[in-house]
Amino acid sequence: MKRHLNTLFVTLDGSYLRKDGAAVEIRHEGETKMRVPLHNLEGISCFGWDIGASAALMAACAEAGVSISFHTPHGKFLAATRGFTSGNILLRREQYRRADDEAASVAIAANMLAAKLANARQVLMRAARDHGGKSPERASALGQAADAIAVRIGLLGRAGTLDSLRGIEGDAASTYFSVFRHLLVNHDPLVRISGRSRRPPLDPVNALLSFLYVLLMHDCRSALESCGLDPQCGFLHRDRPGRPSLALDLMEEFRAFLADRVALTLLNRKQITFADFRTAESGAVLLKDDSRKQVLAAWQERKQDEIIHPFLDERVTLGLLPHLQARLLARHLRGDLDAYPAFLSK
Amino acid sequence: MFGEDQLIPISALQHWLYCPRQCALIHVERAWAENRFTAEGRVMHARAHDGPDESRQGVRITRGLPVRSLRLGLAGECDVVEFHPGGRILPVEYKRGKPKSHRADEVQLCAQALCLEEMLSASVPGGCLYYGERRRRMEIPFDADLRDLVAAAAVAVHDCIRDGFTPPAEYETRRCGACSLLDLCQPQALRFRRGAGAWFGQRLRAVLSEET
Repeated sequence: MKRHLNTLFVTLDGSYLRKDGAAVEIRHEGETKMRVPLHNLEGISCFGWDIGASAALMAACAEAGVSISFHTPHGKFLAATRGFTSGNILLRREQYRRADDEAASVAIAANMLAAKLANARQVLMRAARDHGGKSPERASALGQAADAIAVRIGLLGRAGTLDSLRGIEGDAASTYFSVFRHLLVNHDPLVRISGRSRRPPLDPVNALLSFLYVLLMHDCRSALESCGLDPQCGFLHRDRPGRPSLALDLMEEFRAFLADRVALTLLNRKQITFADFRTAESGAVLLKDDSRKQVLAAWQERKQDEIIHPFLDERVTLGLLPHLQARLLARHLRGDLDAYPAFLSK
Repeated sequence: MFGEDQLIPISALQHWLYCPRQCALIHVERAWAENRFTAEGRVMHARAHDGPDESRQGVRITRGLPVRSLRLGLAGECDVVEFHPGGRILPVEYKRGKPKSHRADEVQLCAQALCLEEMLSASVPGGCLYYGERRRRMEIPFDADLRDLVAAAAVAVHDCIRDGFTPPAEYETRRCGACSLLDLCQPQALRFRRGAGAWFGQRLRAVLSEET
C-alpha cells in the first residue's frame, strides 16, 4: 500500500527552501533551520508572504511527486508548483464528458453528498452518545438533527438534478450547523458558533473550521492531481475560473470526519481557546499566527490515525483517504467501477 | 509500416506479457510507481548503460544503443550489443532477478534483435539474458515461435494504446504481489466491479439504520 507521508509546513516568514542533495533545506537569515529528506515527504505547504523556493528544489519535487504550495499566513491558497502535466489525457477527457452530462454528474454527486451527510450525522450521534448523559437536552437536540439529516439523505437518491441535490444538501448543512454548538462541551461562552459563516468567519469556531477546510482542500487537490484528474472540473460544484471545483466535491465526504472532529477535539480539550483568536475591525474573526501551528500539528496527528477502509477493506491512515477516494473516482470514470463508492465512516 | 511517431517502447511488450492491465496502466493511463524491484532494476540498467563503449579481444561492446523497427512499430535501447569479429551480433539484456516462468524477458531481448536486424540488414540469431541474482548469462535462440510472439505482442500493444482501453483487473497473488502498480491498479477494489453502486447503497442503509 502506498505510504502516507508527511507534509512539511513552513510558517516562518523569510524562509528560503532549497535543494540539498536528496533533501530540502530550510534557510532563514543565513542559517540552516532544518533539513528533511524528500522521500519522507508528500507535500510542502508554505504559509507566509515571504517564503521562497529554488528552481532546483521545485524540479526535484516535481520529479519525486512532492507538491509545493504557497498560502497566505491564514491559509488562503496562492500558488503551487508542478512539473509538466502528467497523467492520462483520456481520463481527463472522460472527466469532462461526464461533467457535461447532468445524469452522470448527479450519480457521482449524489453519492458524495450522501457520504458527506452520513458522516456529519455520525459526528452528531457520537457526541450525543458521549456527552448526552450529562445533558439530555443536548442529546435530544443532536438526535433530532441526526434524524432530520437521515431524512435528507433518503431524498438525495431520488433527486434528478444537481440543483435539487444542492437544495437538499443546503438544508441538511444548516440543520447540522444549527446544532454544532451542542458539540462543544467547553463552556467558554466566548468560543461560540452561530451557523456557518465563511467570508469572513464571524466567530472563533467558524475561523477554526475555515482554516481546517483549507488544509483539507489542499490535500484533496493534491490527491486529484496525482491521480491525473483535473481539480478544476467538478461534478457538484460548477466551473468557475480558478475554483478547484472537483477538489471541493471530493472534500465534502471528509469535512465532518476529518476537519470538524479535529476542531472539536482542539476546542473541547481547550488546546485552542478564545485567546487564540483575534477580531478584526470588520468583525471578521481570525486564528492568531502563533496558534496556527497548534492546528497544523493536530491536523498532522489526525492524519496518522488508522482505520479499515470500508470499500478497500485495508488498514489505511486517514491522511491517505483523499488519495484513495480520488483513485476510486478515477476508476469509476474509466469504467472499472459502476459507481463512485464515496467514503462512509462508521 | 509504422511512422516514427507511432513507435511504442519495447518495454511495453514486456509489460503486456507480464500483465496486459499493467501495460495499459503504464502506457495508456500513464501511471507509474516504483517499488524495490523497479528501483533496483533501474539502478542496474543505469550501470549497464553507464560504461564506455569498448573493444575486448576484437569484440566491440556498445552500451545503451538506441534501436527501432518500423515494421513492428517498436523503439528502445539495448543494454549491451556485442559486435564480434566475423559479423556475429549479440544483444545482451541485464535483469536484476532470475529467469521467470513467463517469456517477457525473452520477448524484450528478441524485439531488440528484430530492430537490429531491420536497421543493420543483418541476421541476429540469438542473444543473452544476464540475471543479477545468478550472475550468469543465459543464451536465448530467436526461433520462429519467439519471433511470432514478439510480433503478436506488438500488434496487441498497438491496439491497446490506440483504443485507450484498460483491461479489467484479475487478482493473482504472485504476480500482483510483485507489481509496483498494485495500489494504482486496485485489483482488490475491483471485486465490486459491477457492484460498487450496490455496495454503496447497502453500506449507506447500514449506517443510517443506526439508532440516534
